[in-house]
Amino acid sequence: MTNTIGDIKDSDCIFIIGSNTSENHPVISTYIKRAVNNGTKLLVADPRKIKMAELSDLWIRQESGTDAALINGLMNVIIKEGLEDTKFIADRTSGYEEVKKTVEKYTPEYVEGITGIPADKIIKAAKMYGSAKAASIVYCMGITQHTSGTDNVKSLANLAMLCGNMGIAGGGVNPLRGQNNVQGACDMGGLPNVFPAYQPVVNEAAVKKVESIWNTTGLSNKVGMTATEMIPAAHDGTLKALYVIGENPLLSDPDINHAKKSLENLELLVVQDIFLTETAKTADVVFPSKCFAEKDGTFANTERRVQRVRKAVSAPGEAKTDWEITCELAQKMGYDMKYNNCEEIFNEITQVTPSYGGLSYQRIDEVGIHWPCPTAEHPGTPILHTEQFPIGKGNFFPIEHRDPAEMPDDEYPLRLTTGRLLYHYHTGTMTRKSEGLNERASEGFVEVSFEDAKKYELEDGTPVKVSSRRGEIELKVQVSEKAVNGTVFIPFHFTEAAANLLTNAELDPVSKIPEFKICAVKIKKAAA
Amino acid sequence: MGASNIITINGNKYDFENDETVLEVARRNNIDIPTLCHLKGTIPTGACRICVVEVDGARSLLASCTTPAANNMVVQTESPLVVESRKEILKFMLSSGNHNCAISNSFGENWTDFQLKVQEEDGAEELCPVWGDCELQNLAYRYQVTGDDHTATECKYPLEDVNPFIVRDFSRCILCGRCVQACNEVQVNNAIDFGYRGSDAKIIAAGDRALKDSDCVFCGECVQVCPVGALVEKDVRYNVRPWETEKVKTTCSYCGVGCQIYLHIKEDKVVKVTGADVAPNYGSLCVKGRFGYNFIDSPERLTMPLIRKDGELKEASWDEALGYVADKLGNIVKSDGPDSFGLLTSARMTNEENYIAQKFARAVVKTNNVDHCARL
Repeated sequence: MTNTIGDIKDSDCIFIIGSNTSENHPVISTYIKRAVNNGTKLLVADPRKIKMAELSDLWIRQESGTDAALINGLMNVIIKEGLEDTKFIADRTSGYEEVKKTVEKYTPEYVEGITGIPADKIIKAAKMYGSAKAASIVYCMGITQHTSGTDNVKSLANLAMLCGNMGIAGGGVNPLRGQNNVQGACDMGGLPNVFPAYQPVVNEAAVKKVESIWNTTGLSNKVGMTATEMIPAAHDGTLKALYVIGENPLLSDPDINHAKKSLENLELLVVQDIFLTETAKTADVVFPSKCFAEKDGTFANTERRVQRVRKAVSAPGEAKTDWEITCELAQKMGYDMKYNNCEEIFNEITQVTPSYGGLSYQRIDEVGIHWPCPTAEHPGTPILHTEQFPIGKGNFFPIEHRDPAEMPDDEYPLRLTTGRLLYHYHTGTMTRKSEGLNERASEGFVEVSFEDAKKYELEDGTPVKVSSRRGEIELKVQVSEKAVNGTVFIPFHFTEAAANLLTNAELDPVSKIPEFKICAVKIKKAAA
Repeated sequence: MGASNIITINGNKYDFENDETVLEVARRNNIDIPTLCHLKGTIPTGACRICVVEVDGARSLLASCTTPAANNMVVQTESPLVVESRKEILKFMLSSGNHNCAISNSFGENWTDFQLKVQEEDGAEELCPVWGDCELQNLAYRYQVTGDDHTATECKYPLEDVNPFIVRDFSRCILCGRCVQACNEVQVNNAIDFGYRGSDAKIIAAGDRALKDSDCVFCGECVQVCPVGALVEKDVRYNVRPWETEKVKTTCSYCGVGCQIYLHIKEDKVVKVTGADVAPNYGSLCVKGRFGYNFIDSPERLTMPLIRKDGELKEASWDEALGYVADKLGNIVKSDGPDSFGLLTSARMTNEENYIAQKFARAVVKTNNVDHCARL
């Protein structure tokens, strides 16, 4: 997030797009709902009529996979109405003229044809966002999990810059992180192209700096493979060994059948986890690790706040902390990687990671601090880009709409979108161990609109087969007001009806994110 | 703050901000005015009248939570009149329903009968489930009152425990309305409200249905703010007492909000979770954060390293498992190069663990093939 969670209360308009906030980030949704109670306008764009849509001043319903067209449409209206922030554009940005030219053709009528949103609602939405003094964009995987994911995010940045909503209280572009420490995993260089703090591995100076702190030589300066590239590499045999820590790709990855074949092809699969997950079951070696309640350390939350994790209970059996296991393996391989406790590791992190440079366990003992925090005196940075962007001026990127990789057709006429439920979390490894949570949401389902239910002669609870070009699953129908005709939704928590047997493994060309949010499926009653 | 903003409380002078209430000025200066209905961050209702104070020139006692501080105001927070008023309110509260906390002399000779009746209704053989953790009980001790002066009235509504998380015990509800404010003003789920009138009053979920059939999403905010034993976590009720537990402050491990939580520990087990009153969540949690902790001591947790032998995963020692991987990985890297190895680190692990994982890939194996599930 460019801004903080608490900052939401200072917004005059909140634009939620591609975030089912009340189910996936419930506590952030409370901030938004309280703001709405105090008069903040709420604009929601989502293919499903989610709870936040019900609470909104305006819900616009785009077909899944048409976000960039919608955002261009909003910018078209904002420019036509003269609601753009000319001073911000002139002082803080570059490339505006090109974007202005690109969005010219995205008239409300043209965008209606792509997104299905009536032109008058596009105009209303644009005015709502464009006329707000401070407007915040809140987005999540509904924006990113598309083959056009990178374009969608750039479009949102265009929109925010167009209206001068960057670097101000109540504004910003605010992605909500879905996992407790996605932010931290990225900050720490858990990515193939960067060292900690996003220092590029192809930058010789960065390589030298890290080599000197680690007291080693010969670090690779070649960008590595993303997770979504490793699976095909395992399939074609170029990747021979995979060490999976705390991940469950055999439920979370798209096109599971393909992922499974790929992992079987490995010479060595090592899985380190707290449970024998779907992936661990296929491993050659499994290391048992400690869960969050059994160890010390830090997480970085979605607003870049670095916070403490503290040991509360003992771990079962001989389970060890993840860093201990990895260090012991390194030592067995002849590399001297030894720490007495995780605070020692944190102190090394602050040397390698400039944005964490001023942090210490002592400073974040009571309340966490937002990075960047470069020095011990620095108070942290709640709002990013208040004076300038890291690259100086913010670049506008002209973006054209592209269709999703797979569109509905005669054979597979429905759009499938996937996501989480309030009562479960990701692959369900943790939440499905809770009787109470299972009582509230015990099994997978396919959410279907009333009219589609009628069309396919389905009722609430009817067992059906949903299939795509990649696989088929059996589950029950849930007829719901949340669903809109032509689009069905399946939560991906449930291994016995795994939505990702159906999803498309096509990737965004830049971010390599799979297109989980739209593929084509068909539905038919399961044989009795 | 103007120089003229001076209020006198219990004989001492204090500055105040323009929009502060008498209660807020007192609390800021460590003057203890008791409250029951007051809930930080919500609009004060003045419903319970426990926070009344005596103000010079006022015709009656005023609720300090709703009375704005005013210049030259002279306030007494524990005058005989104030104490008498608080005692009366407490006596009425104690005399209605099942307040079986054994405060001194309560219910006189009828004590045993009363206790047995409550035990039967509760299906438990102990005193009140929040004994020692109850704001009403604290005040009863502080002001040395019992419910004996008034005729005991029975609760009209049966206990509700038909959901997995929360027990609603109307016999211990004092209708302070904190839960209603927590639900409507803090979490904004609008699932519960006051229903019925007069002596029939009750906190109800939509049309007086069970919570599980209402808009309730089981965030448990109402349980956390309930000052008495009317709302208690189902797994905690009669199983966990506060003096048996220790609290450890940490960060929730579900989504990226990073809510600050207290894990309540009894016999080396997490038995309850509450929200900590600091950023970013200020006490609020969701159903997963508050109630989704059972996985921690699940019997399905992995306890030993496993190695596949003859097609099956079998238990092994750490030394054997680590040695096996080190040998095999070493050989693969030697024959096929560092880029034949990949590492998936985890958005579920700490920063320290992620740092070590990428350092392993980069410094030990010498590859940048390291990634995690940010995209999934």
